[in-house]
Amino acid sequence: MIKTLAKSIREYKLSSILTLIFIMGEVIIEVLIPFKTADLINSIESGVQIDSVIKTGLILIAMALVSLCCGGIAAITCAKASTGFAKNLRRDMFQKIQGFSFSNIDKFSSTSLVTRLTTDITHVQMAYMMIIRTAIRSPMIFIFSIIMAYTMGGALATSFVVVIPVLLFGLLMIARKAMPAFRRVFKKYDKLNESIEENVRAMRVVKGFSREEYEKQKFAAAADGITEDFTKAERIVALNTPIMQFCMYFNTVVILFLGSYLVIKSKGLEVNVGHISAMLTYGVQILMSLMMLSMIYVMITMSLESMKRICEVLNEESNLHNPENPIFEVKDGSIKFNNVNFKYNKDAKRNALEGINLEIKSGMTVGVIGGTGSSKSSLVQLIPRLYDVTDGEVLVGGVDVRDYDIKTLRDSVAMVLQKNQLFSGTIKDNLRWGNENATDEEMIEACKLAQADEFISGFPDGYDTYIEQGGTNVSGGQKQRLCIARALLKKPKILILDDSTSAVDTKTDAFIRQGFKKFIPDTTKIIIAQRIASVQDADMIIVMENGKIENIGTHNELMKSSEIYREVYEQQTKGGDSNENA
Amino acid sequence: MRTPNYRGPQGRGPGSMPHGKRKFSMSTFKRVFKMMFSYYPVLFPLALFCIAFAALVATAPAIFNQQIIEIITDTYKSGDWAAASKQIIPRIIILISLYVVSLAAVFTQTQLMAYITQGFLGKMRKTLFNGMQNLPIEYFDTNKHGDIMSHFTNDIDTLRQLISQSIPSLLQAGIVVITVFIIMLSYSIWITLVVLVGVFFLFMVTKKVGGGSAKYFMRQQKAIGKTEGFIQEMMNGQKVVKVFCYEDKTQKQFDEINDALCEDSKRAHAYANILGPINMNIGNILYVIIATVGGLLLLLKVPNLSLLQLFGVSMPLSISIVIPFLNMTKQFTGNVNQLSQQINSIVMGLAGAERVFEVMDAKPEDDEGYVTLVNAKRDTDGNIIETDERTGLWAWKHPHGDGTVTYTELRGDVRMVNVDFGYEEGKEVLHDVSVYAEPGQKVAFVGATGAGKTTITNLINRFYDIADGKIRYDGININKIKKSDLRRSLGIVLQETNLFTGTVMENIRYGRLDATDEDCINAAKLSGADDFITRLPNGYQTELTNNGSNLSQGQRQLIAIARAAVSDPPVMILDEATSSIDTRTEAIVQKGMDSLMKGRTVFVIAHRLSTVQNSDVIMVLYKGRIIERGSHDDLIEQKGQYYSLYTGAFELE
Repeated sequence: MIKTLAKSIREYKLSSILTLIFIMGEVIIEVLIPFKTADLINSIESGVQIDSVIKTGLILIAMALVSLCCGGIAAITCAKASTGFAKNLRRDMFQKIQGFSFSNIDKFSSTSLVTRLTTDITHVQMAYMMIIRTAIRSPMIFIFSIIMAYTMGGALATSFVVVIPVLLFGLLMIARKAMPAFRRVFKKYDKLNESIEENVRAMRVVKGFSREEYEKQKFAAAADGITEDFTKAERIVALNTPIMQFCMYFNTVVILFLGSYLVIKSKGLEVNVGHISAMLTYGVQILMSLMMLSMIYVMITMSLESMKRICEVLNEESNLHNPENPIFEVKDGSIKFNNVNFKYNKDAKRNALEGINLEIKSGMTVGVIGGTGSSKSSLVQLIPRLYDVTDGEVLVGGVDVRDYDIKTLRDSVAMVLQKNQLFSGTIKDNLRWGNENATDEEMIEACKLAQADEFISGFPDGYDTYIEQGGTNVSGGQKQRLCIARALLKKPKILILDDSTSAVDTKTDAFIRQGFKKFIPDTTKIIIAQRIASVQDADMIIVMENGKIENIGTHNELMKSSEIYREVYEQQTKGGDSNENA
Repeated sequence: MRTPNYRGPQGRGPGSMPHGKRKFSMSTFKRVFKMMFSYYPVLFPLALFCIAFAALVATAPAIFNQQIIEIITDTYKSGDWAAASKQIIPRIIILISLYVVSLAAVFTQTQLMAYITQGFLGKMRKTLFNGMQNLPIEYFDTNKHGDIMSHFTNDIDTLRQLISQSIPSLLQAGIVVITVFIIMLSYSIWITLVVLVGVFFLFMVTKKVGGGSAKYFMRQQKAIGKTEGFIQEMMNGQKVVKVFCYEDKTQKQFDEINDALCEDSKRAHAYANILGPINMNIGNILYVIIATVGGLLLLLKVPNLSLLQLFGVSMPLSISIVIPFLNMTKQFTGNVNQLSQQINSIVMGLAGAERVFEVMDAKPEDDEGYVTLVNAKRDTDGNIIETDERTGLWAWKHPHGDGTVTYTELRGDVRMVNVDFGYEEGKEVLHDVSVYAEPGQKVAFVGATGAGKTTITNLINRFYDIADGKIRYDGININKIKKSDLRRSLGIVLQETNLFTGTVMENIRYGRLDATDEDCINAAKLSGADDFITRLPNGYQTELTNNGSNLSQGQRQLIAIARAAVSDPPVMILDEATSSIDTRTEAIVQKGMDSLMKGRTVFVIAHRLSTVQNSDVIMVLYKGRIIERGSHDDLIEQKGQYYSLYTGAFELE
């Protein structure tokens, strides 16, 4: 895991190493300062020679300044290293995701990918900063202080032999007990917040059934449980301060008592007054560094979860690859399915598609109809190789889709997805997704064909109208037509509309289909629809049921041969004289 | 349909930093304290006392340190331990006892604060939640869900920070600063002045660097918002990216945004990181300066000036004054730093508290209704009388001003007469709407988005109150009916199905809490849900999570219908209840719906005209007015709006 993450440090290795070096410098001086200060105190105390006081003082100030410089530089390089690392990590992850296939995306779900790219990276960034700044600093201070304390204080330093193990043991015990307790309560806390969210979302249901009191009781029970758990966990952590203080106090008392004894006994020769105050300072430094270490321990373990989640993305391999000698040209828009079986997941029990055999000639208009869960979308998603078949083969233009260069294939097979999306930017920006170099004329042409030109021209800013994130400022029907226009700009050999006109009124829907017939007769058109009217006049209609092709034929044939088709037709034209113009 | 959720003018995303300068609000501060005292009248003052006591005691050792060092300095040349120890040991013992007391205080205080903080937060959560349940639906329509949630997460969290950390450290640091200052003054006014100058200097530098840090943190926050927005958009549209082979371009855009974020956060963190070394080393330099000044004062034998001297205690400047001074300087600067840091986080905490209080203080949904719904039966004369048992017959109990009570049978007769309504003042969305629904009738509303279909149903169950006109339920003004009873008599199925975490059975029972398992199963059978529920792995005991994401949309909808069915209401409102089900599945659901609707007054809103065709009366709404009404056949004959909708000349969304 560490190896995977460390790959993203790259150009920030230098900054990271510089941080370590300068922090070492800072620490060394920081530890020497009390030593020098002891000199200063002694020279004041021993009869006061002013020049020696000033001399030592100047050295000390110089040391503080050097330490300031080291600390300052380290602060900057550390910021640079940690934010740069986070940047690279985010970039690497994003790039990895761009290479994901549809099934990789399905596996993670978009919301979880967002969390991994944001919150989790922030956690890792903080942990990295902690590590290069403090994780080196604290042990160093600890070690240097101990060395200094022994060389200087001699016997006085024995106090640390007692205090350090006590503190270390205490802190570790607290961390080990508190961490699982916190993890548990945080999980519960997330659940509580989820249930609040559920409540807010369902407020109309709550109020509609006047269940306010019931919800309050439910919440109170959950909230009380959490309060109790939180209190328990917090009380464990609250032991930190008393333990730390106990060690500090113990140390002070021992050093004062032992120190005064030693100073007086040796008549100030072995140990002097300056040493006592230096030892007190070292004591604080040692204990504080231990405290920091235990904090780092907690923080790193807490961010382990985030690291794991990031690595999951970084180590995920796309399961769709470009072939070695890809074909860069799609000959025509013919499609053939040979004994295709398909499941979304290796471990799935049931095939999403089973025993599919199908032949579509270039330039045909094909309708696909069937209930939800009948695998209509699965069927067409195999054509631009969004997923790979499990068994059998899919041929486009007479060639297995797995032999094409993926980009070539997808540029020739334009698909308007069921769950489609526009991106924030102008309408033109969005259309250019279909063809980067599209001229204004081409865009208008495509929009006319998709019956979108009329409403776009009606906007005050026309084609430069800004689309908000998620396309919230255009209606559902308008959005669908824009998505169709975007796909048309690819000038594809095959055009697939996956329930892409469901929010468009039937008249406009009919115009779109007429336009297709007239202006792109050579393009193979596959239309998945709920409305029979949308597929009624197709050259061929496929009726899907439970992942299998139930029937294939024209409208008239199916009215005779397919019960499902007839049932849906009758349901939709209930009342008899519907003249939905087909 | 009016889209009620996920909007609202002043969006405040989770984790957003406060913009600009926030002011310290005394009244909020007082209110937080008042609440703490009222929740914990003994423990909270006790905790505060312990904090103050521990802080005071923490400064005392400086005095004994100084005395002990003085003794050593005086005696070490003699090397006479026996004599010196007679002076030293008593002081050490006092020191130890002080430490023991202080430890006890610290222990009590930290344990108490952990207990109090969490208890307080728990109470706040509950008060907040309970307050929220009582708010009118308007609040939820006009506030983003994310913002409401952030009261429970971010704001409560800042409160935690405020109570468990900021207040104790403020008190503690304040007391230490004051005591140390007094002790310093009583030792030597000259040296204290030097310390003050140093602290002032330190303060200025910190302020400057801290200001730079704040500026860049604000910019970083903006950059984070931008990056997260982009990430969110692209992750949601990742499949579109793939279909258009747009991976490289997306990556390029992302790199730009990502680099910009890195630049801002680098600066922000650099400023923040640098504060540490600055504080420490200025502290170090001050230490040296004090030592040198002290040494010089000693050398030049400058007469000392101290507070104690003013009281007549002689306090000559000596090494034993200079040395403790050095430690006190560290303590002083450290705590001054602490104070200045805490003030910032207190201001932030109070801002969080203010937002929580805002929700708690928001005006709850008022309900002055006094007509209630009671179980009833008929006596031998055929009059309706109240009863405790569940009879299936319900009556409105209407107490009058003169003390008499009348009972009206619950039949489900709903009339709206000349109703005007607007969500905002001056923006009327319904004009002069009249609807008559007799018991057992099916009334449908048809119209484009924003025509006011959902608004009408919002008025019937009093999610909103009408501006003008009247609504009568079984002849009673609905304003007189207690809201909970009014809503109990109305079953609602919405387009957006909301199920709760729990079993299928529990979800159905939500319609009537005292329903037996059998009642629930019957309701599910009635609405056609039983078939698929029994085929679920655990049948009715199947756990639903995340709004029933393991079920199909149609199945969720069926459970929602069963939930409404179990409450067995005389009136039902179906707001686009079947619109997200495909036509084939709808045919199945429709059967359940038909049997459910039998004998009830039903209001139907539907996008799909096939759903409303068999209604007794169809209302066509256009911009808040009913422009056509009549049965399907009537309306087709009229060849008006409904006719064009039916023939597909209009988009309906």
